Amino acid sequence: MSVTAEAGTFLERAPLVLRDAVVQWFPAPLQWLAHHLITIVAILAVFGVFFAFTTVAERKLLGRLQNRLGPNRAGLPWIKGSKLFGLTQPFADAVKALTKEDIVPAAADKLLHFLAPVLVVAFSLMTFAVLPFGRNLIPVELDAALLYFFAAGSATELAIFMAGWASRNKYSLLAAMRALAQVISYELPLMLSVVPVVLVVGSLSTSEIALAQGGWTFGFLPHWHVFTPWGFFGFLLFLVAALAESNRAPFDLPEAESELIAGHLTEYSGFKYALFFMAEYFGLTALSGLGVTLFLGGWQAPFAFLEFIPSYAWFMLKLIGMIGFFIWARGTLLRLRIDQLTRLAWQFMVPLALINLGNAAFWALTSGWSGPLQFVRWGVSIALVVGPFILLGRGLNGGRGPRTYRYATS
Amino acid sequence: MIGTGSAPSPFGQLSGPTVRKVKDPFHGDLLEVSMGPQHPSTHGVFRMDVTLDGEVIVKLKPVFGYLHRNHEKIAENTSYLGSMPYTDRLDYLSSMSTNWAYALAVEKLAGLTVPDRAQYLRIILAELTRLVNHVCLVGFLFNDLGTSFTPLLYAFREREKIIDLFEALSGSRMMCNYQRFGGCRVDPTPEWLAAASRLVDNFPSFLDEYESMLTGNEIMLARTQGVGRLDPKHAINAGITGPVLRASGVNYDLRKVDGYGFYPRFDFRIPLGDHGDTYDRYMMRILEMRESVKILQQAFRELPAGPIMDPKAKLRGFRPKPGEAYGRLESPKGELGFYLLSDGSPNPYRYRVRPPSLINLTLLEEMCLGHTVADAVVILGSIDIVLGEVDR
Repeated sequence: MSVTAEAGTFLERAPLVLRDAVVQWFPAPLQWLAHHLITIVAILAVFGVFFAFTTVAERKLLGRLQNRLGPNRAGLPWIKGSKLFGLTQPFADAVKALTKEDIVPAAADKLLHFLAPVLVVAFSLMTFAVLPFGRNLIPVELDAALLYFFAAGSATELAIFMAGWASRNKYSLLAAMRALAQVISYELPLMLSVVPVVLVVGSLSTSEIALAQGGWTFGFLPHWHVFTPWGFFGFLLFLVAALAESNRAPFDLPEAESELIAGHLTEYSGFKYALFFMAEYFGLTALSGLGVTLFLGGWQAPFAFLEFIPSYAWFMLKLIGMIGFFIWARGTLLRLRIDQLTRLAWQFMVPLALINLGNAAFWALTSGWSGPLQFVRWGVSIALVVGPFILLGRGLNGGRGPRTYRYATS
Repeated sequence: MIGTGSAPSPFGQLSGPTVRKVKDPFHGDLLEVSMGPQHPSTHGVFRMDVTLDGEVIVKLKPVFGYLHRNHEKIAENTSYLGSMPYTDRLDYLSSMSTNWAYALAVEKLAGLTVPDRAQYLRIILAELTRLVNHVCLVGFLFNDLGTSFTPLLYAFREREKIIDLFEALSGSRMMCNYQRFGGCRVDPTPEWLAAASRLVDNFPSFLDEYESMLTGNEIMLARTQGVGRLDPKHAINAGITGPVLRASGVNYDLRKVDGYGFYPRFDFRIPLGDHGDTYDRYMMRILEMRESVKILQQAFRELPAGPIMDPKAKLRGFRPKPGEAYGRLESPKGELGFYLLSDGSPNPYRYRVRPPSLINLTLLEEMCLGHTVADAVVILGSIDIVLGEVDR
């Protein structure tokens, strides 16, 4: 379980070396505890700060997408006129959230109302335990890591339902029901989009999946799963399902601002609201991290000559790229309706994910093909996913399309 | 089986999705939600008491009056001119049109004529107002559809430009108070006209950009096509006017029907929809903006020199002869009418506004039944209401 620092440059080994050095100070019987505590503290610190700056990045990027500037005023309080491009905005927000009055509705279920934000953060943080952040840099090495990830990840929906139920607010209740419908619909395509990876790699362990994507064809084409037909398609399915799982636009129905005010968050204020906000971003980060691990090569460098950059830096860069995509989608897309959302999942994504599973099986079976057969393999694999995609997409469209209009003659 | 359990609507029932009865002992309870008056998407202090079966609306009761300001009674106690700035507050997104509608009624009452240049200016400002109104509507509609403000802020960028022009001309961005009985208040400078003309020439490229990103969007089509159908028979029976009526395929535009002002001199077409759903209502606005641009370009080309006020018109001590008049025009939202009854005193004896927003709202329940909460918000957004005009 305890992986020791071995290969790689000093920077590559630095986090592990540091951890081992600190663990040495503790008496031997307590070392296992110290080992885990250090990991937990490190994850909380790194991803806490990452969360803070993700919010600022999101607001700035959204601002630019909407031709405005975004937050650019918050500087350091003790330096007059300092603005720092608004980078300290999240800390000001945190102070504000902490000092606000915590309002609990009189009719609310007090215990559940309090428990929901705590649980939602706890569950979303638990998913970080099985993400390989770098070479040998995984908090807990589990054989069934993927199963654990999905179990912990979908438990957050329970907390959201709790929040909606306990608030004793009709909007919250509607949002809670939407959240459940959404998670039941999208858990399936999310998992089915991941199963091909398990099939090809032959392991549920995230660190082994990341390791399996090492190496390059011709020295420049990395063996990432996204560069195979089934992997690319699985990645797209994963992206859509991940958007839905993390309640982000265009699938942000549980907190649909224009319909349900703030959904399950309507009756939350102050720091409890901030906790939900935090959990949403933690969930987003964890799902992005899983996507990076499963499809984008995990911590592997894209080119051989770039391997001198530490693996955890690559992981973070890819993570930032994924989150940037999610922010972009939020700034661009419209929201689906709940029936359309579930229809998309059951009539489109689940069949496609199943077909993609068969496609991955074909890919695994034909791994021995070489020479011209290699082209056949690619062609068949692409045809296997593109054909059903077009056919199912037509069914989903339901005769909608742009219209032409007439003009009155008189 | 369609039926709401309440009294049958005077307009009959619209064909639409099946709606269960409100009183139905064999199924679970219904959820009654009061959407508004403080709700992000009711476009002001409007309230909808909706009864939900899951997420499906089985009953909807529009509740308004939260913004009632006694506009008509106040106007009856004020001089004719004194009400002019107050009409700005009716439809605060398109005050230039509202001013004109009131001026039209008073001019009819007092028999005033309007000089050519003022007629052209009125058309220029009314059509610019139409652009402002429709561009806002389209932006807010996308907000109701769930975008996080991006299309709205793009729309507001264009709105700002036009509103800056209004400010340069009248001194106020939204409450313009520009029209007078028998003409206009200020003559625009040549620089203002050049700037406005430039803006109008650039407007179609903005519309192209906007449409290329949003009109064909799959989610947009899925959310709006077939949602909130309004068939022409019901629309006519309920007195609905404006783009909402034309989206249902009824050719009724007061600019053509009445030919008020100098509109008969202008070359423009009236777009008509065939389905009467939310998508058609959205497209009506887009197509009308393109026609407005044509009108504006022609107006800037032909704008004559001359006075902007009827020399016979007097602003102080204005006492029209006893009589009545109804002045109406095609405001961006529909038929906006002012009815005035004069008894020869400086104040109107009776002053009545026919607000298109209020009358277009009357069929909201019929349009929403059988659709979900999310659709109700979008349908309301596509009707285009301004609460200042609904409640008065």
